[in-house]
Amino acid sequence: MSLLALQRDMRDWLIREDRVAADRIGAAAGSGLAVYQNNYRTQLVGCLESSFPRTRAWIGEDMFLHAAVHHIDSVPPINWTLDAYGRDFPTTLARLHAADPEIAEIAGIELALEELFVAADSPAVGLNGLGDVDWDRAVLTFAPSIDLLHLNSNGFAIWSALVDQKEPPAPQYLETPDVALLWRQGEQCRIRTVDDAELQALLKLRCGMTFGALCRDVAQLLGEEASMTLVGRWLGLWLSDHMVVAIDDREQAASPCL
Amino acid sequence: MIPSFSGFGLGLRKEHYADFLDHRIAVDFLEVISENFMVDGGRPRRILRDIRARYPVALHGVSMSIGSADGLDRAYLARLRALVDDIEPLFVSDHLSWSGIEGFSSHDLLPLPYTQEAFDIVSANIDCAQNVLGRAMLIENPSTYIDFAPADMTEWQFIDALCARTGCGLLLDVNNVFVSASNHGFDPVAYLDAVPHERVRQIHLAGHSQGDHLLIDTHDQAVPPSVWQLYAHVLPKLGPVATMIERDDAIPQLADLLAELSTARRAGKLEEAA
Repeated sequence: MSLLALQRDMRDWLIREDRVAADRIGAAAGSGLAVYQNNYRTQLVGCLESSFPRTRAWIGEDMFLHAAVHHIDSVPPINWTLDAYGRDFPTTLARLHAADPEIAEIAGIELALEELFVAADSPAVGLNGLGDVDWDRAVLTFAPSIDLLHLNSNGFAIWSALVDQKEPPAPQYLETPDVALLWRQGEQCRIRTVDDAELQALLKLRCGMTFGALCRDVAQLLGEEASMTLVGRWLGLWLSDHMVVAIDDREQAASPCL
Repeated sequence: MIPSFSGFGLGLRKEHYADFLDHRIAVDFLEVISENFMVDGGRPRRILRDIRARYPVALHGVSMSIGSADGLDRAYLARLRALVDDIEPLFVSDHLSWSGIEGFSSHDLLPLPYTQEAFDIVSANIDCAQNVLGRAMLIENPSTYIDFAPADMTEWQFIDALCARTGCGLLLDVNNVFVSASNHGFDPVAYLDAVPHERVRQIHLAGHSQGDHLLIDTHDQAVPPSVWQLYAHVLPKLGPVATMIERDDAIPQLADLLAELSTARRAGKLEEAA
């Protein structure tokens, strides 16, 4: 048997306990094949358990193990890093628990935070020199690792309670989805919900709108004075939270998309 | 030939990050799992840089899949090269095994048949890896639970030929020799006598567990007397070498690992005195 054929048989044994493939590997290999099968599944279950501790706490040990086994049976690992194995687990949970959307959404929060933890470093702009910025034509660049999660349930509130070791609220479907904003402040992963006004502002700025254009945009809705207060508060938050990595106030800095 | 390093070290695990960063711990080097730090950024990479500023570091991989019949993952190699350039490690090592094929990745160290075809494939893969990394690697003998008999050569002949063909060195895992010898019925002393001693640059010492039918390389307990005996047997045959205790599960207090490491140091001193 060629090495490629042997390795395909071993893969098929690990993924779906293919007995025909096991027989081709050899009758004497039986005990050893069982060890490798056990190692494979134990390692993947362990990976999911360590990546999704709040999800596990929310649905309980048995239901989590059932979901993990289902995931392992349907989604073989394809990445060199074990850390990537959980990427499709929220999708598996959404399929298994369609009537309980908070389960997949809690898992989605955990996944996003895990990926944020090792995202590329992007030093934030300091507060020095901000007085010299031409804010009217300034284009803000946000850290590329910033993530937005749209949540149709109160999964964020449940996740937060689990983290704080408080009694989680009963799950409920939200008429208006929550949007969770995730970013990293130095090495610390941060998360909070944003209202629709801040969400729209972030999306427009990320698309290249100038800060001045954003101010005028918000002023049309809220009036001059209220908009200055609100946009000023957002800017202060984004800067102090280390979300902004560059401010470009040169001419032509704005994106042609806006 | 890969430059040698003489000393005694430990595998760095999360549980002991603060110990190593906050205190000057009496180890000559630390070994880290490469993949844990092949990330874009964040705390893991910063911690490794801080560790590297205080201790020599060896990079030990588990996912290169050096025995894959369809070759190596170039993206993986590029990430490893970036880490090597960043950390400038003592050694870069991985296992004589395979993990994945055609996109599938088992995340386990799967056994190879010691055939001429496998030898040619592994040699070509090591050449490829060493070219990308810009340096020679160490290859670790594995613990195995399947013996693909009949083979064209023994494991130690396979390793000897690999070192000669590719210029790689050997990370000799004494526990793995004991586990595989027990599982497949060969003499561990004969194995240790036959490996290319001049190519050994690093030694792993670890513990194992008894499974239903086989010994399992669990790394979850202290180095047993059987492994210490083999270590004492092989040490006089080697040149300067970096010895370390490898523990991956049921991680004890650092003091317990340092006590184990002093057992290795005593063996090293006895050998020096002899």
